[in-house]
Amino acid sequence: MNKYEKDWIDITSGVNVRKCMRCGKCTATCPSYAEMEYHPHQFVYMVEKGDIEPLLNSESLYKCLTCFACVERCPRGVEPAKVVEAVRLTAVRKQGNNHLIPDQIPAMLDDDMPQQAIVTAFRKYTK
Amino acid sequence: METFTYYPGCTLRTKAKDLDTYARASAETLGISLVEPENWQCCGGAYTTATNEVATKLSAVRTLIAGKETEGLVTVCSACHNVIKQTNYDISHNEAMAVKVQRYLGLDKAYTGDTKVYHYLELLRDVVGFDKLKEKVVNPFKDKKIAAYYGCLLLRPSKALAMDNPENPVIMEDFIRAIGGTPVIYAQRNECCGGYITMEDKAQAAKRSGAVMASAEEMGADMIITACPLCLYNLKKNSGSDMPVYYFTELLAEALGLKEADNE
Amino acid sequence: MQRIGVFVCHCGTNIAATVDVKAVAQALANEPGVVISQDYQYMCSESGQDLVKAAIKEHNLTGVVVCSCSPRMHENTFRKAASAAGLNPYLVEIANIREQCSWIHKEIASATDKAIVLGKAAVAKVHLNTPLTAGESPVVKRALVIGGGIAGIQTALDIAEAGFEVDIVEKEATIGGKMAQIDKTFPTLDCAACILTPKMVEAAQNEKITIHSFSEISDVKGFVGNFTVTIKKKARFVDETKCTGCGLCTEKCPMKKVPNEFNMGLDNRTAVYIPFAQAVPKVATIDPNYCMMLKNGKCGVCSKVCSVGAIDYKQTDRFVEQKYGAIVVATGFNPIKLDKYDEFAYSWCPDVVTSLELERLMNAAGPNGGTLLRPSDKKHPHTIVFVQCVGSRCDDEKGKPYCSKICCMYTAKHAMLIREKYPDTEVYVFYIDVRTPGKNFDEFYRRAVEQYGVHYIKGMVGKVTPKADGTIDVQASDLLSNEQLHIDADMVVLAAAIEPDKTARPLATMLTTQMDTNDFFTEAHPKLRPVESATAGIFLSGACQGPKDIPETVAQASAAAAKAIGLLCKNSITCNPCVAHSDELMCNGCSSCEKVCPYGAITYQDKEFRMPDRSTAIRRVASVNPAVCQGCGACTVACPSGAMDLNGFSNSQIMSEVDAICK
Repeated sequence: MNKYEKDWIDITSGVNVRKCMRCGKCTATCPSYAEMEYHPHQFVYMVEKGDIEPLLNSESLYKCLTCFACVERCPRGVEPAKVVEAVRLTAVRKQGNNHLIPDQIPAMLDDDMPQQAIVTAFRKYTK
Repeated sequence: METFTYYPGCTLRTKAKDLDTYARASAETLGISLVEPENWQCCGGAYTTATNEVATKLSAVRTLIAGKETEGLVTVCSACHNVIKQTNYDISHNEAMAVKVQRYLGLDKAYTGDTKVYHYLELLRDVVGFDKLKEKVVNPFKDKKIAAYYGCLLLRPSKALAMDNPENPVIMEDFIRAIGGTPVIYAQRNECCGGYITMEDKAQAAKRSGAVMASAEEMGADMIITACPLCLYNLKKNSGSDMPVYYFTELLAEALGLKEADNE
Repeated sequence: MQRIGVFVCHCGTNIAATVDVKAVAQALANEPGVVISQDYQYMCSESGQDLVKAAIKEHNLTGVVVCSCSPRMHENTFRKAASAAGLNPYLVEIANIREQCSWIHKEIASATDKAIVLGKAAVAKVHLNTPLTAGESPVVKRALVIGGGIAGIQTALDIAEAGFEVDIVEKEATIGGKMAQIDKTFPTLDCAACILTPKMVEAAQNEKITIHSFSEISDVKGFVGNFTVTIKKKARFVDETKCTGCGLCTEKCPMKKVPNEFNMGLDNRTAVYIPFAQAVPKVATIDPNYCMMLKNGKCGVCSKVCSVGAIDYKQTDRFVEQKYGAIVVATGFNPIKLDKYDEFAYSWCPDVVTSLELERLMNAAGPNGGTLLRPSDKKHPHTIVFVQCVGSRCDDEKGKPYCSKICCMYTAKHAMLIREKYPDTEVYVFYIDVRTPGKNFDEFYRRAVEQYGVHYIKGMVGKVTPKADGTIDVQASDLLSNEQLHIDADMVVLAAAIEPDKTARPLATMLTTQMDTNDFFTEAHPKLRPVESATAGIFLSGACQGPKDIPETVAQASAAAAKAIGLLCKNSITCNPCVAHSDELMCNGCSSCEKVCPYGAITYQDKEFRMPDRSTAIRRVASVNPAVCQGCGACTVACPSGAMDLNGFSNSQIMSEVDAICK
């Protein structure tokens, strides 16, 4: 376990993962459940344990929609989406780790796609 | 006439012109003056919740500061609204962040969240009033069953957005009633359409937006309305459903007689 | 000349490990007036007390300072010892060098210095102590029980059994409380009504018990042994003494669309109503919010059909004043409102119900005559999902921070009863933890799983959505298989958290008792005095003190009764002599003290005074009723002219302590 990385994620998220009572409501409410290898409650639990490496390398980081359903419905105010975001930032902030590079973009576009999608994806996937 | 600062955001200038032009036209008819600030910048599309992110919040703060001159800051796009309100909430609850932002922007005095931020729907509810709006309707949407789509950005996190009950919202339904339509309540109205994931995972976006449309259709909706260009895109393009999707401002303008009825 | 003895306790190592007790004794020996200063291992022990007693006699002491633990622990011990040796007990002072010194400091030198300073302050104070004599006040041999649920009924029955008069004040039209609404009880599955209603009847028939139903407490004055309580008997527009409970008025009343609160609003009652068949008293009540006669003077049917002339549309609220020696609070609980949990669709889907609503849906006297049917279409449900911890165990913004304690067990009961009666119905229970500490409780829950095949799933429901076909989509997590589930349910039952009744907070203010942040009454000691409040003469019974099931409630109700009986058995109680008094010559009659007194102990009177020029003047001066004064000292601080002073804690005593500390 990388103590430095865990502390950094705790600071970045601003979330006290110890508040979790393991009810699983975040995972129960997550719209991206099926697409995620690690589910919201696992993000919280694994960060608490310091088991962060698997999360950093998981595609799950880019499947979270940041829709805040888990944040809104968590009975303990744990805010799992902020934990996912902190782990994702920890991943993309590493050099060469951007999830999206500009050259890929033209192929993704169509005539109707709003700019909003592009700027949001950039903010989520790159640093 | 009350004057508000109006922040259109990047997409309303390009792909979502309908959302913008009808919002402006309707405001004028309803006696609201909207002033666009000079040299505004894109809000970034998504709010970065990280406590140690400052740079990504700066453009929202600039916009908020511009809003101080008037009664408040009005946004129409759900994403802009979400980013700006979350920024405003965090900066008013986090003094250290306010000071950091002050230093980055070289402000004389720290901005600490004084500007009141309105979504255009809130403007209709709180400043115009749905009763007043109803009086001004000339083309009511009689016998139309309209599904309001909130998605995730309009309501959550409710602590910061403070717009409506995040699980049982009424603001868009009240709007629909004001323009003479019948609101349709359905399960997925406050669940995500897939958002920006559409860039790299069309299947997930299709699944999410398909679920939204199916849920509204199941409850008998004739059409669905949204305040978000990205939602509109996903629902139209990815859902596989033919049900019409409109910006709420299009219906507003039509109800006020400002738009040629181009009903299907 | 004062002759003061100082006694420094080691308290084993509790004090002696951090405070150099010998140095403390030596330092204090040099204080003015101190004639003997000793230390000892355990001053509170028999031999330690003997040391104090012997010193009092041998040195003819006029004051004693014990440097030991908090006065809350052993002040009484040493006062008794002094008294036994012939010294007035109020000439003993305690310097707290344990809780306020040795336990909170680590460094010996500084802790010792502080202990010496605390001792010096106590010596300075004892110089000014005067002998005080505690008075006595008589005990009114009558108890008041506030709340007529199972807790209040049990407490009242026990007090009456001991031979004392007891009044029950119940805000609803009948006693019985929540237990009357419950169908079966865990873990034995016996019928709640079958065991409750005999007790209700017993209370009604007991000569020692007076039931004030449809009544509220409007004012409380006085103190332990001698409370004066004003009871508001709300107008029920029916003469209780005449009404026979025949029910004819309720049959004929044309206003039939009133939500029936006894059935949790799941069916309707009439505007004139008797809550349920076994109500006590079995007397009709008219609901003024719905009665057409009371609202617009048109109707009068009930009055016409009543053969005994009990209907009285002109009835008004009445106030009754009564004296009591003891008061027992039994105000109970309610399920919370679920408006903050709309993800469960409770507010707009009729087939999403609370557990208490389910009790009524399953009860023979409920809206469906005991057949479990969905509220929306009255169809038999084939799949039912139970959600645990709705509003319990939340962070402060989301709900209640505590476990509501009863939900795990009643949910197991509901699940079992449904599977027993309707084996074709699948039952799912989503749980975070199953909490079943209690006699035969876990066995009961296991029976639900093993014998009745209830599906217990470790996880939580995230979203409940009614669908167009009338079924309900329940989206949930199964944490053990790490899956997200969708269950197509016919009904969803929410285990809503419980909270204290809303009347408890204003009542606590009237009683000057303490509550916690959740509005549960605070007990005098969480372990050793669980049924007493910190205010003398006020006792706690049932769920007003914390979530409780029926067996626990009854046990606590009887315990509260025993404490109340203990008080009522006494003819008089010793008063606290440390009460306020006013120096009439200094009093300027400003009323500041009267305004701050929380006990109403201060009154003003006009008195004749002889002035310096030998004339006579009438002046308005304060006077304290020592029987009512609790010695809180608020008046002494409020008094602008320094006329108010407190026995045992006089302004000069406190100033001399401060001087000793600051020197």
